[in-house]
Amino acid sequence: MSSAFPTQVGNLARRSIVRTLRQPLYVVPSLLFPLMLLAVNSSGLRAATGLPGFPADSYLDFALGFSFVQGALFTTSNAGTELARDIQTGFLSRLSLTPIRGTALLAGHLAGAVLLGLLQSVVYLLVGIAAGVRLEAGAGGAVVLLALALLIATGFGALGAALALRTGTGEAIQASFPLFFAFLFLSSMNLPRNLMEVDWFRTVATYNPVSYLIEGIRSLVITGWDGQALGLGFGIASAILVLGLAAASIALRGRLGRT
Amino acid sequence: MEGERGIEVEGLVREFKNGIRAVDGIDLSVAAGEIYGFLGPNGAGKSTTVLVLTTLLPPTAGRARVAGHDVVEEGHLVRTAIGAALQEAALDPFLTGREHLRLQTALHGIAKPARRQLTAELLERVGLAEAADRKVGGYSGGMKRRLDLALALVHRPRILFLDEPTTGLDPQSRTALWEEVGRLAHDEGVTVFLTTQYLEEADVLADRVAIIDHGRIVAEGTPAALKAQIGRPRLEAVPAEGADREAIAAVLADFGEPCAGAPRAVAVRLAEGAEGLTEVVRALDAAGLAVADLQLHAPSLDDVFLAKTGRSLEGAAEEPERIEA
Repeated sequence: MSSAFPTQVGNLARRSIVRTLRQPLYVVPSLLFPLMLLAVNSSGLRAATGLPGFPADSYLDFALGFSFVQGALFTTSNAGTELARDIQTGFLSRLSLTPIRGTALLAGHLAGAVLLGLLQSVVYLLVGIAAGVRLEAGAGGAVVLLALALLIATGFGALGAALALRTGTGEAIQASFPLFFAFLFLSSMNLPRNLMEVDWFRTVATYNPVSYLIEGIRSLVITGWDGQALGLGFGIASAILVLGLAAASIALRGRLGRT
Repeated sequence: MEGERGIEVEGLVREFKNGIRAVDGIDLSVAAGEIYGFLGPNGAGKSTTVLVLTTLLPPTAGRARVAGHDVVEEGHLVRTAIGAALQEAALDPFLTGREHLRLQTALHGIAKPARRQLTAELLERVGLAEAADRKVGGYSGGMKRRLDLALALVHRPRILFLDEPTTGLDPQSRTALWEEVGRLAHDEGVTVFLTTQYLEEADVLADRVAIIDHGRIVAEGTPAALKAQIGRPRLEAVPAEGADREAIAAVLADFGEPCAGAPRAVAVRLAEGAEGLTEVVRALDAAGLAVADLQLHAPSLDDVFLAKTGRSLEGAAEEPERIEA
């Protein structure tokens, strides 16, 4: 007797979502910290809007995009930690004894991360709008923004899952957090790349894919419909997702180890 | 008929990358409907054997067939025939008991209308109906083990693997689990492969017992047959005066070979059996030696273990199970 793929994904997704929502310690920080950083940056770096060529009148408008990517970073950590816990407690072995497919296991597991990503993104957007942000791309832009934020969260979640499956420990996930954070801070999160005066930082930010994720979201807020920024944002987010899923699938095969 | 097949193992070996042979060439055969006890200390290779037989770990060498299917070539068929409660009750502390069963029934492909009824039946069966909607994180060890058992039974397996199912349980929970396992085997014909480090558990529950040590089976048979191999009872005398210990040991040596006993006791395996006890008492009295305690122990599985390995199972070195790949 074997269940259909959608049944497997659906039930694992429900489990992932239920357990995510039952852990406020996972949900609350990922909602609050990006908003706190947004509040600090938008008041502390307000003067940057006076730089010649700065692309927005309000620093809040400029900075909002970063919150979505920072929130996605929490998704990486949460998705990885949850999966690592399943490995350590033997829950993954229990699942391995059912007729479950590896792809269903991954998809179901990521569902919780995706839900959290969606919840975060909606909150960031609503808080931003309430604080005076006006999306240049309009209501349609909001939908596209949420779609891109969700894609980024899912991609980062897949990376977290891959890391968990490769290492099997929550500690490894936590240890990788600073590395991911370094990627965030060495990006165009605080300034447009063309206004960066330090050459090496501008070069790093230019080669850092995170810059394009932020710029994709930011473009919908401060520019309107910018095909190039959105193309790069969606393209790189998709590439991260594909890479994450491929790495997770390979690691899962090794981790399941069933004959 | 496939449904009547149990477990057949020939020359099974599992060696890890660090060179340790956790399972070192074991042969065993478990008949359908039998409760087979796999008894040994921590680190003996019990859990590794279970992981191989449940297809979660490939063997390094040898063959194993479970329910008529090869564990390497037909792993997916083995998994449909077996249920397993592994060493740690692998449960999600944030889900309720009912949610666990709902997930397990769905993953095993049980039709949606039947899931609710089966879930209710299993919760009732393991005595968790009232706690069904509580999060598992708040369950006691016994409740977790019972839920673990219910999850293993979801797809009505013909063969059940229980890896140290009663470790850490209180006596009441242990007895309840024994009753349930007995019911499964004797009323429903489920084959049970049970690992344990508890002598009493193997003695009470298992139809046959294999004793494993350092990855090898050192004895196998019914508990009664194994104990009969030892045959003679053990006599333990605790000297009333510590200074008399050597003298008492010398007297007892005339009645049987010395063996391990309780820490303060002098112990011998009586050559003449229980009938020799009277003569022992007379000899001690004649020598003017007083004892604080004199006990006659019928042979136990621990005696079997001691005879086969030179160590007492209860005092065997505790080594972690070596299951890292």
